[in-house]
Amino acid sequence: MPREILYGWGRTSPSAANLENPSSQAQVEALLHSSDATLARGLGRSYGDAAQLAGGLVLSNRLLGGISPIDGAGVVTVGAGISIDELLTVAMPQGWFVPVTPGTRHVTIGGAIAADVHGKNHHLDGSFSRHVTALRLVTPTGTHDLTPATHHDLFWATMGGMGLTGVVTQATLQLIPIRSDHVLVTTMRFDTLDEIMAEMLAHDDDFRYSVAWVDCMTRGRSMGRGILTRGDHAPSGTTPVAPRGARLTVPFTAPSGLLNSLTVRAFNELWFRSSPRHREAEPQGIGAFFHPLDGVNSWNRLYGRRGFVQYQFAVPDEAGDSVRTAIEKLSSSHVPSFLAVLKRFGPGNPGPLSFPIPGWTLALDLPVGPAKLPGLLNELDELVLASGGRVYLAKDSRLDAATAHAMYPRLEDFRRIKESVDPEGLITSDLARRLNLLGK
Amino acid sequence: MENAFGQPQNVVVLGGTSDIARAIALELVRTRTREVVLAGRKPDELAAAARELVLAGATSTAVVTFDAEDPSKATQCVSSAFDQIAGPVDLVIIAVGAMGDQDSDENDAVASARMITVNFTWPVAALAEIRRRLVAQGSGRILVISSVAAIRVRRASYLYSGAKAGLDRLCEGLADSLEGTGVSLQILRPGFVRTKMTTGLKEAPFSTDPDAVARDVIKGLATSHRVITSPHILVYLFAILRHLPAPLWKKINESR
Repeated sequence: MPREILYGWGRTSPSAANLENPSSQAQVEALLHSSDATLARGLGRSYGDAAQLAGGLVLSNRLLGGISPIDGAGVVTVGAGISIDELLTVAMPQGWFVPVTPGTRHVTIGGAIAADVHGKNHHLDGSFSRHVTALRLVTPTGTHDLTPATHHDLFWATMGGMGLTGVVTQATLQLIPIRSDHVLVTTMRFDTLDEIMAEMLAHDDDFRYSVAWVDCMTRGRSMGRGILTRGDHAPSGTTPVAPRGARLTVPFTAPSGLLNSLTVRAFNELWFRSSPRHREAEPQGIGAFFHPLDGVNSWNRLYGRRGFVQYQFAVPDEAGDSVRTAIEKLSSSHVPSFLAVLKRFGPGNPGPLSFPIPGWTLALDLPVGPAKLPGLLNELDELVLASGGRVYLAKDSRLDAATAHAMYPRLEDFRRIKESVDPEGLITSDLARRLNLLGK
Repeated sequence: MENAFGQPQNVVVLGGTSDIARAIALELVRTRTREVVLAGRKPDELAAAARELVLAGATSTAVVTFDAEDPSKATQCVSSAFDQIAGPVDLVIIAVGAMGDQDSDENDAVASARMITVNFTWPVAALAEIRRRLVAQGSGRILVISSVAAIRVRRASYLYSGAKAGLDRLCEGLADSLEGTGVSLQILRPGFVRTKMTTGLKEAPFSTDPDAVARDVIKGLATSHRVITSPHILVYLFAILRHLPAPLWKKINESR
């Protein structure tokens, strides 16, 4: 069997696994019975080691394709290996859009379920799982068709379960209707973090989509300055067409250190200055609004050979101060930080490992290199934990087991449900081993 | 599993009572490492080193004894060390070695051969089994403690430096052989480190201590650099020294 080195999007801790590309449910079932340790993998967009399994069998879900006709109510059944990009290519010309999209279109439906991804509309529409009405899950003890009504526990353990309950082969989704491929975007620029957060608390619910970009590298008065962009699908327009593919590619891995505090600070400054102070209802394409980084293929290579870490945490509303504290710690540490993304989360869901909790979420992109980064992130872990918050497992590549367990108090529920379909713990991952998620 | 910063959870140390290895293990436990297996010759010293790690926060330690003069048992030593760890082994440190006594060893065939066995042959035998196990595992890192002395062999310690040179050069090829396996090998080249092994020897320029080397190792593990030199400045010094004309090299070494 061919061994391949598998990376996460952050390119930090690769490992070698036997890679197979099953194209049918039967093949998935047969392969699952052939190995001691197995994991499904999509497009490898999780940042850390969630889609890796050193020495084990990794099943790429990319050949589990197929998109059913979309019915009049916007319900569609797709193979788990279909990407959001591929689904949009089919759905948008028929006037349908995915109910939730993360910052990239290049995730598979299986991956979106495993990470229970969220988008700019979480405050109103929840995460991806809310819009999944059914799915098929292959486990070591059998194949199940799950709905929230028939298999409540297993369905929700699979949502955000980091692929550890089994291999999803197909899912049924509820799409949303759109009349245009444009989003009407309102942009506001703020000089302080407090102003951004106040505005988001007051008026986020007036917009379907909302996200703020915060500069974590300025100190003093303009600490946490940022740009808030919010929008809604345009009410009418020409027939929607799917967004174009990337026009640029990073052809090779840049030298580590290209993105240092100097260059990142300059980039942040430029980004901030080039944004309008206030602009209403500016039409933007789907791609530009939802997936700005998809415009550049392999942008992760810009971070160099050492790669980068994304740190995303969520804290409840009453701990909104810890967002400020986290940004303060970061800006005073001089660690370069790109694209800090601040968002509001609406209610969570019954998934024991699903990430979102109501309140705030902040995501930071940090190049590996500065000697104080590991310690700084440990401090942030303590802050987040003390605030009743948690770190997103799909982004994680450095959390320790005890902290992760404290952040996900329902881990025991998850283990119990997983054991009911996989008593020997055959489905596992480098992430599960690192964080001892399975308790084996 | 190793995290994004190259910090291991589970570590096996061969030569676990060496001062440098002890300092590295301690620094690893202070950062993230939880399980450590120490292999060495003297059970009481190994136990003391293990206690030190538990006090620093290790949740599980184990000791394995072996004789570095017997390469035929190297496989057995590696197996029993790996067996003490439940999950994957993230890092194996090879710190086996002896300084010997150059003056008396250089005219003694048995003692000369023993220097090569301990510093070169045993580690190479152990590496074969380590390589096999880590490649099967699909992940892991090997840290081989060499020396800047391996860059250019000195008259005053040619048995030690020569054996290290062999190990160091061999490991460059071994590291290349690991490409695409998920396993990597890094060579640590410390300068003159004040330890029990070097007690009584004349200190070289840029002498350092085990704790400083350990800190450099933690930094080095976060990178994919083939060689970690401690202190780093010796990279530049030895870039010059290795190309010095032989008469000049000899003269410098005589004057020291």
